[in-house]
Amino acid sequence: MKRLSKFVAAAALGASVALSVASGAALAQTPPNVLVVGQIAEPKSLDPQTVTALNDSRILMNIYDGLVRYKDGTLQPVPALAKSWTISDDGLVYTFKLRDGVKFHDGSPFNAEAVKFTFDRMLDEKHPYHNTGPFPLSFYFSAVDKVVAKDDLTVEFTLKEPYAPFMSNLAQPTGLIVSPEAVKQYGKDFGRHPSGTGAFKFAEWESNAKVVAVRNDDYWGGAPKLEAVVFRPITDANTRVAEMLSGGIDMMVEVPPDNVATFASDAGYKVQEQAGPHVWFLILNAKEGPMADKRVRQAVNYAIDKKALVSNVLQGTAEVAAGPTPPAFSWAYNDSLQPYPYDPEKAKMLIKEAGQDGADLTFYVTEGGSGMLDPIPMGAAIQADLAKVGLNVKIETYEWNTFLGKVNPGLEGKADMAEMAWMTTDPDTLPYLALRSAAWPGKGGFNSGYYSNPKVDELLEKARSSTDQKERARLYKEMQEIVRDDAPWAFIANWKQNAVTSARVGGFSLQPSFFLILQDVTKS
Amino acid sequence: MSTYILKRLLFAVPVLLGLSVIVFLIMAMIPGDPATAILGSYATPENVARVNKQLGLDKSLVEQYFIWLGNMLHGDFGRSYSLNRPVIDEVLERFGATLILAGTSLLLCSIFGLLAGVFSAVRQFGWGDRIITFLVLIGISLPSFWLGLLLILGFAVQWKLLPASGMFAIYGGGDLPDLLRHLLLPSVTLAVVATGVVARLTRAAMLEVLRQDYIRTARAKGLSERRVIYRHAFKAALVNVIPVIGIQAGFVLGGAVYIETVFQWPGIGRMLVQAIATRDLLLVQGGVLVVAASYVLFNLLADVVQHKLDPRLKS
Repeated sequence: MKRLSKFVAAAALGASVALSVASGAALAQTPPNVLVVGQIAEPKSLDPQTVTALNDSRILMNIYDGLVRYKDGTLQPVPALAKSWTISDDGLVYTFKLRDGVKFHDGSPFNAEAVKFTFDRMLDEKHPYHNTGPFPLSFYFSAVDKVVAKDDLTVEFTLKEPYAPFMSNLAQPTGLIVSPEAVKQYGKDFGRHPSGTGAFKFAEWESNAKVVAVRNDDYWGGAPKLEAVVFRPITDANTRVAEMLSGGIDMMVEVPPDNVATFASDAGYKVQEQAGPHVWFLILNAKEGPMADKRVRQAVNYAIDKKALVSNVLQGTAEVAAGPTPPAFSWAYNDSLQPYPYDPEKAKMLIKEAGQDGADLTFYVTEGGSGMLDPIPMGAAIQADLAKVGLNVKIETYEWNTFLGKVNPGLEGKADMAEMAWMTTDPDTLPYLALRSAAWPGKGGFNSGYYSNPKVDELLEKARSSTDQKERARLYKEMQEIVRDDAPWAFIANWKQNAVTSARVGGFSLQPSFFLILQDVTKS
Repeated sequence: MSTYILKRLLFAVPVLLGLSVIVFLIMAMIPGDPATAILGSYATPENVARVNKQLGLDKSLVEQYFIWLGNMLHGDFGRSYSLNRPVIDEVLERFGATLILAGTSLLLCSIFGLLAGVFSAVRQFGWGDRIITFLVLIGISLPSFWLGLLLILGFAVQWKLLPASGMFAIYGGGDLPDLLRHLLLPSVTLAVVATGVVARLTRAAMLEVLRQDYIRTARAKGLSERRVIYRHAFKAALVNVIPVIGIQAGFVLGGAVYIETVFQWPGIGRMLVQAIATRDLLLVQGGVLVVAASYVLFNLLADVVQHKLDPRLKS
């Protein structure tokens, strides 16, 4: 009996300690006026020129500014650090007038020299700070011949050839302006000590725990309302959802399709969705095998039940794609284009006509990867749809890096079709890199299915050298019609990015660029 | 004793060197390369070659290995290109967090494993023994990442008693109670399997010892049962259990990889998963070497303790 009472006393003590420890956490509420964002991964670096991941840009866009930025809710470049600009008639010289009186977070002045430094560091292999790279996306600016600081507030870019996507590339993370003084001070460690001109100033980066950015009271665009933003890397999607539900974070991005409904039905949360410039498609091998016949490629487009795919597999987190250009590029998107309807009978007929009934096909599927949504179930659904029209599809599954290593050098001799997805910010990027004859593998492009149509080549070349947006739009729309008919790809889905915030968060909206812009966000 | 320790430590050097070669080779053999990981969709052969050159990965594997080895002898573990910072800073920072988690789990599994094992053995085939044996079986069979998610669901999402992830509160916090709050769920999750193993072995060792003649002698001398069990039997059994706890230390470190991912613990396990995914060779090397070295140390420590406890092993 005595021992029992001792045991009870010990248990009670243990429980009270545990409770006192736990009670503090019962208030797992985030602090007022500080926004805690659940990110999908630890950032690689906060040096805008060295990163490629969307995850990192979500932070960068709040610490740095570019010469231009995308207008709220669009992909239209508007002034940011540049007040205005002129483009020479031949489309080769861009002259920017810079905003006056702007300072970097480290106190050094923003001027034309800083712009020149930013681009020279990335593009000139002989630049003293080029070794602070590598700069994997420097090819965004490979058209730039030289950057000249005309005076303190005027900077001039000379291009080697006319290149219309130049302005939208300037709005990309790769085009954000860094503080030369900070780069000189920290060298290779600049990515851990970022300094820009953005609405939030970098404060702290604790590995795998958080990146903290605090309000920039001197921001030229007006100080943000939030005191600070904390970006927390939470790689596991289940844990991210659990943190959102338990009140550990105020906002999360890339909510798994399964959980969107949970949040949507709860008044404590706000769910946002926004169709982005994303397209999920199948590359079809137009060079050899059954897919070399246009009728078979069209048949594949008819045979796949895309509506079922986006509503069942993706649970409504994507829309059916009509062609190679996502509707998010509103000005360049051909809205008269209709998706291939689900028509297995027509598909069977086309396959029979082409004499490919019962053909064996190899299909590359990836386990996961940037923008790939749910690639394995999607691949399986596609395989089943194609079986119904008499195409015998064998799936080969690879991990993302391996997958890219197999697909990017071209499908010839290996596969008839492969999954792929792209997120881009200019209507030029994807077709120029993946649909031109000159972009076949081995020539430096991503046309892994060897599609070739001289008319498409011509339209794309013309569109990128034209500085008139109306003219560009006309050219892109014509291109989309031809490509839809030629069917070098099976056009499947355009992803709707999503985010969940707690109901306390206001003034937030997703951007078609996929960036998180937090300048006007509030938290009650 | 000290020469024994010195010998064991010296022996660790070739082990670690061999390990570094193996890790280097495995990383070279698995498909995908750092440049592809960095470039993602933009990985054309030309872009890959350009980035590889910038990273110094265009040299032969042998060359890369010896450059790394040479640098390391000068205390330079290289620079992680996925995190863009010195490997040594990252590894040490993360390893501290892992030690806290693994150490707590080890403590929990030793205490509860030993207690349960002794209790079970003393009441062999009684109800208490049966219940504990059953619980131990469950503990050993539970996949720990699943258990972790279950605990998060209960304690963090449903009852909001404990934080779901991380090591410290994002704001405020940072003190010991804050750490303990964050530590509780992951360390318990991590300790469950190891507790089962320790309990099982303790039970077996105790049963073995309890059958020995000297226990019968002790009882015959009229010593109290408690004295017999804790002073004599337990001490003798401990000699056999200690090396197992040493090995558990290794398992706990290995198990930390899952647990750190589930609970977003900023430790070395999570770092390694990430580093492998991004093909960050130097970071993987640095991380694996530190984990391996600590494994060697833990086992050494267990052996030393065993030597101290067991008079028969003293030379």
